[in-house]
Amino acid sequence: MVTGGLTKFAKAHPAMDFRLMVKRAYDSALKGVPNLSADRIDGTRISYFSDHFTRQLKAASMVQDYLGMNPKGSVRIEWGGATGGECFQAAYEAVASGRMDVCLAAGFETMSRVATWKGNEFIALASDTNFDFPLGGFYTGYYALMVIRHIYEYLRLGKFASVKDEREAQRLAIAEGQRIMSMVSVKNHRNALHNPYAQYPKRLTVDDVLRSEMISYPLTREQICTMSDGAACAVLCTEERAKEFTDRPVRITGVGCGTDTMRLADRPFGRVPLLPHERARDYENLRYPGVHSFRAGRAAGIEAYRMAGITNPRAEIDFIELHDAYASSEIQTYEDLGLCKYGEGYGFVERGDPFLKGIDYGFPTPKAGATPVNPSGGLIACGHPVGATGLMQAVFAFWQLQEAIPKQFGDRTLQLAAPKRGAIHSHAGTGSSVTVSILERGFR
Amino acid sequence: MRARPPSFTRFRDAQAELSRSGAVLFRDADGVESLVIRYPYAIDYIHSYAEDSPFFLALAEGRLRGSKCRKVKCGFVYGTPRSHCMVCGTPTEWTDLPTRGRVHSWTTCHFGSEAFLHETPYNLALVEFDGVGSLLLVRLKDCAEADLYVGMPVEARFDPAPKYSITDVWFVPAR
Repeated sequence: MVTGGLTKFAKAHPAMDFRLMVKRAYDSALKGVPNLSADRIDGTRISYFSDHFTRQLKAASMVQDYLGMNPKGSVRIEWGGATGGECFQAAYEAVASGRMDVCLAAGFETMSRVATWKGNEFIALASDTNFDFPLGGFYTGYYALMVIRHIYEYLRLGKFASVKDEREAQRLAIAEGQRIMSMVSVKNHRNALHNPYAQYPKRLTVDDVLRSEMISYPLTREQICTMSDGAACAVLCTEERAKEFTDRPVRITGVGCGTDTMRLADRPFGRVPLLPHERARDYENLRYPGVHSFRAGRAAGIEAYRMAGITNPRAEIDFIELHDAYASSEIQTYEDLGLCKYGEGYGFVERGDPFLKGIDYGFPTPKAGATPVNPSGGLIACGHPVGATGLMQAVFAFWQLQEAIPKQFGDRTLQLAAPKRGAIHSHAGTGSSVTVSILERGFR
Repeated sequence: MRARPPSFTRFRDAQAELSRSGAVLFRDADGVESLVIRYPYAIDYIHSYAEDSPFFLALAEGRLRGSKCRKVKCGFVYGTPRSHCMVCGTPTEWTDLPTRGRVHSWTTCHFGSEAFLHETPYNLALVEFDGVGSLLLVRLKDCAEADLYVGMPVEARFDPAPKYSITDVWFVPAR
């Protein structure tokens, strides 16, 4: 990857349609690399999630011609919430296969064109329309079902195992889960105060998050990402070409993708696919994935780590831009990606591992800096214009690895100290498809 | 000649006016003005339940049906039916599900997508059945958020006036 760019994500950008948003992101990407002009780009991969939101079929063709890319090759990518992550990997494949030397990955979404609850309906059409959608058609509801079970498996049967009264034990476990999820929300909103691209930077307390409006029990408004307008892009090329464009390229060393059933009700109860640093005896009594974990995320991690030669992700990855559509799914994903064992996600937050060093979150974070997750603020604070989101993560990770955060954000707070390797994680549906890509510093 | 549509700087206000008059000007922080119109569209979608049809026909008769893999060595039983086995690819046969089960997980939705907003709050539950390998997502009625818990015994109720929808069945706390 030699450059990237994005628009600020916003509730609505009525002054820009999707073509102009992508053009702005593209122009900002090209600004930093004077030798990279449109004629050096061999083709494009363009992503957006929902034709319902654009009310314009073949919108990717309109982006292609607005950018002046015709008659070069292009294809539209759609894979639910993981659309942006898939677009990134599609561009990677175009280059890795030898088909192109230089490929532009561009993504966007314009979600402001319908009211919020109609937007939720459009999104919920990404659930089975025979069995799931007619019951309420609400993604926050699906994620609430998953986290209630996650809390049951790992807090009720863990920290609260000794409480005799079943309903009291579950009540205590949910309250504990809500408190820890709120710490994740505080983290992501707080980090975003230093990110000028973020939609909702805020200084919040755990109580603020807990007291925000209940959307679907136990998830409150501040634990959930919002809908956004925005665009992002990344330029990927061969190692040879990269030298012509920048002396600070970022190498993509691993790509992984996993899937699972569309319906939560169909998820199996089997064995955990193990990462190299785990043992079967770690999970003897765990029925996996059930509805509490994302097998697709685990599969994507296994593939990407194997390709990148990562055997212990917590020790070998310096930071992760993780698809935190919900504070709950951020915690579930720590476990899928092997940052901690299954069941340790809540403790991982409480110890402070995913927090940044040197930022005061309003509570102790003793291990802050161990594995920063969403230093940018993630989806919860930056916004989630679906087709752009995975590419936004790529751009933020790229700037981290280039140590360009101070320049790009005008603020050095979020810049990690000489990071060597980062991961980006893009997640769709109720975990029905997930991508993980590994990015590494490609210069001395 | 028609006057210029009213201009707004808050998107929320622009949205509200749109539903009244159908056109507004939106002025952003940079002073750029955009003409925004309302563009309604509605469709009658011809939705076939296709191979899932027997499930919905059975619901209308007050029966809950799952499916079972025909391969003897597999025999996986699905709580949400599918016509081919996900494990081994063999066609399945219809089988009656128990009408009593337990809550595997649950939530109370205080919001929902537009089509269901007027029904909030409502409970969703994934129900597990003895002898069945997968779950069924349903509405759970006659109980409040504070009464719900994992493991709660529940039983099915059927709509006497079926709409041929998954909402023709719902569960309530078992007596």
